[in-house]
Amino acid sequence: MYRYDAIDKEFVADRAAEFREQVNRRLAGEITEDQFKPIRLMNGLYLQLHAYMLRIAIPYGTLESRQLRRLAHIARTYDKGYGHFTTRTNLQLHWIKLKDAPEILDQLADVGMHAIQTSGNTIRNVTADPYAGATADELDDPRVWAETVRQWSTLHPEFSYLPRKFKIAVTAAAKDRTATKIYDIGLHLRRGRGGELGFEVIVGGGLGRTPHIGSTIREFLPTRHLLSYLEAILRVYNRHGRRDNIFKARIKILVATLGAEEFARQVDEEWAKIDTSRIDLPDTELARIRGEFTASFETLPPSSAVLEAAKAADPAFARFLRRNVHPHKQPGYAIVDVSLKTPGQTPGDMTAEQMELVADLAQRYSGDDVRVTYQQNLLLPHVKLDDVPEVWRQLAEAGLATPNIDLITDIIACPGLDYCALANARAIPIAQHIAERFADPDRAELVGELNIKISGCINACGHHHVGHIGILGVDKKGEEFYQITLGGTPEEQAALGQALGPALPATKVAEAVEQMVEVYLEERKDGERFLDTFRRTGVAPFKEAVYADAN
Amino acid sequence: MPTLIKLQGGRAVLANDAFTHVDDDQSLPPGDVIISLTRFQADGERLLGEGRSVGVRLEPNEEAEALAYDLPRLALVALAFPKFRDGRQYSNSRVLRERFGFQGEIRAVGDVLREQAIFMARCGFDAFEPADGSTPEQWEHVTRRFRHVYQPAADDRTPAFVERGR
Repeated sequence: MYRYDAIDKEFVADRAAEFREQVNRRLAGEITEDQFKPIRLMNGLYLQLHAYMLRIAIPYGTLESRQLRRLAHIARTYDKGYGHFTTRTNLQLHWIKLKDAPEILDQLADVGMHAIQTSGNTIRNVTADPYAGATADELDDPRVWAETVRQWSTLHPEFSYLPRKFKIAVTAAAKDRTATKIYDIGLHLRRGRGGELGFEVIVGGGLGRTPHIGSTIREFLPTRHLLSYLEAILRVYNRHGRRDNIFKARIKILVATLGAEEFARQVDEEWAKIDTSRIDLPDTELARIRGEFTASFETLPPSSAVLEAAKAADPAFARFLRRNVHPHKQPGYAIVDVSLKTPGQTPGDMTAEQMELVADLAQRYSGDDVRVTYQQNLLLPHVKLDDVPEVWRQLAEAGLATPNIDLITDIIACPGLDYCALANARAIPIAQHIAERFADPDRAELVGELNIKISGCINACGHHHVGHIGILGVDKKGEEFYQITLGGTPEEQAALGQALGPALPATKVAEAVEQMVEVYLEERKDGERFLDTFRRTGVAPFKEAVYADAN
Repeated sequence: MPTLIKLQGGRAVLANDAFTHVDDDQSLPPGDVIISLTRFQADGERLLGEGRSVGVRLEPNEEAEALAYDLPRLALVALAFPKFRDGRQYSNSRVLRERFGFQGEIRAVGDVLREQAIFMARCGFDAFEPADGSTPEQWEHVTRRFRHVYQPAADDRTPAFVERGR
C-alpha cells in the first residue's frame, strides 16, 4: 500500500494550513460567501440543504486501518456518527460545521488523507479496480498507475480551472469493476504484441443529462507515456471544451462533437509537441511507487478445513460464501465483500462503530487493507480462508454481512432529496422500499444478479443509466416521479438503459420492480441473468406487466 | 491605474506600469501600449516601427499560436481572464513559455484573484493586475504556500519525483 513519504505529508499539511487560513478569512468576514465558494469547493466542502457536506478523497478506494479509524473518529466527533460512501469511492459527511472544517482537514492530513479536488472543475479523485493486487485476472497492479495519476493531477496548475469536472479510472483486469467506459478517461491495461504493457485509452464516457459510452482513442499507449498523453488530452479539452453552457462542458460533448477520430488526431498532434521526457515519470520513481504496493502472502494450501466445516455447519455462512467471497490470486486467501446494503438501511451509509470494526478486521485479517467499491460497499482484499468464518461472524454481528453482493438488494443510490440541493426526488427511501420487498435472501438469490441504480436527479450520481434497472427521480409539478430504464450496464459490454414507459409515482416504484422481476423469472432461459433475458426479449413484456393496470 | 505586481526571482514586488491598455475603439496614446490581437494584426508593424514597446492582449478564445512568429518582437503578452473560472489562459501561458520559449512578460489581467496566484506563477505568468486588491506580500505568500509540487510546469520548481531521486 502506498504510504506517504515526507514530501506527500508536507504537501497535505500545507494544504490543510492554507484552508485554515481561508476559513478564518471567511469567518472574520474578510471575504464573502461568493468569494469563498470556489475556495471551499476546491477542498470538497459543499453547502447542502441542511448543512455543509465534506467529501473526503479515498484515492483509488484504498484505506489503511488507521485511516478508516480516523474517518470513524471524524464522523463521531464532527458529524452524526456515520458517513456515506459514494459511487466515486469517496466518503461524504453530511452534517459538518464550517468552523470545524479546518480541524477535520488537519486530522485527515495527519493520516495522509485530504479532500483535495473532490469538487470543482478539476481532475477528481482517481478510481481503480477494488480487487487490485488480489485478483488473478489482472495484468499488473492498477494502483501503481492510479497513484501516478493522483500525484500528477494534484493541484495541477494548468488543469485546475477546466470547463467542467474530470474523472479518471484505471483497471488492469479483463472484468471491468471500475465502470471505466462511463468515465471522462478510462484506462484499460493491455499487453502489446511483444508482451509489453500499455493502456487502451477510452475517452468521453459519462452519464448526466447526455449519457455517453466512452470511445477508444488509442488502442495501445506504452505505460511509460501515460502522463504526457494525459497532459495532451487535458490540454485539448481545456482549450476547446465548451465553457458557455454547463450542460455541454464535459469532455464527452467535445468528443461527440468532433468525433472520436478527430479528437484523437488533435490529441496526437498536441502530444507530438510535448516534451514527454519532462512530464513522464522516470523509471526510478515508477519503481518506487510499484514497490509501495508489494504485498507478501503466506504459502497456504488452496483449501481450508476450518472454512469447509463452517460451511457445512451453517447455511447462512454458506450463502455468504456464495455471494460475498471471491477467489484470490494467492492459494489459501479470499476477497471478502462487506455489504453496506442491509435491507432498510441507506445504501453506502456506515456508522463510526462499523468503520472501527472493519478497521480492526482489516488490521488483523486482511493485511491492513480495506477497499471501497463504486457499488458503495467495502471489501477486505486479503483474508486467509481459515479466517473467513471468524471475519463473517464479526461482520454479521455488526450488520455488515448481508449476503447480497450484485443481487437485487445491492442497490446503488445517491443521497437524493434527503440531503442534496440539486435533487428533484428522494432516492434513499425508494432503495429501502425495494430492498424490503426482497429482504428474503432465498428470493433475492433466486432472482440472481440484478443491479438497481437510483439517482435523485438528472446529474446521475446514482448511475441510473447503467443499471440493469435504472431509476431516475424527476419533479412533476412538485411531486416526486420516477422514470425507469432497463438493460444498462457499465461493464465491458457497456450499454445505456432503454426507457420502460411513462414515469411512475413514488408509491408504485417498488411494485413495478417486483412485476418486472416476475416477468424475468417467467421468461428466463437456463442461466440467463436479468440483463441477458432483457437483451433477448426487449422492453415489451416488462412494459406490458408494469402498465397493464393503466390499459 | 490598476496595481501591477511582478514576480522577480520568486519575490513579488510592486511595479510601475510603463504600458497603457488601449481598447480597439480608443485612439492610441504615445508610449508603450497593450493592444488586442486584432489591432496588433492590423497596426502592429507600424507601431513597432515607431520604436515603442508593444504588448498584445489575448482573450481566452485566442490561442498563443497566433503570435508564434511575432513573439521575439513583443515586450509582453497579456492574457485576459474575463472570469476567474475560465482556465484557458493557463494553457496559453505554458505554450508561450514551454513551446515558444517566450522570455518576455506574461501578464494576467481581468478577474485575477489571489487564490489563483500559485497556478498562474507555475504556468509562467510573471506579472499580475490583481482584481481583489491583493498586496505583493499577500501574492507572494500564496505562491510560496506549498513546499512541494508534483508535476513539472513552466516555472523552475523541482517536482516531487525529481526531489525523491536526489
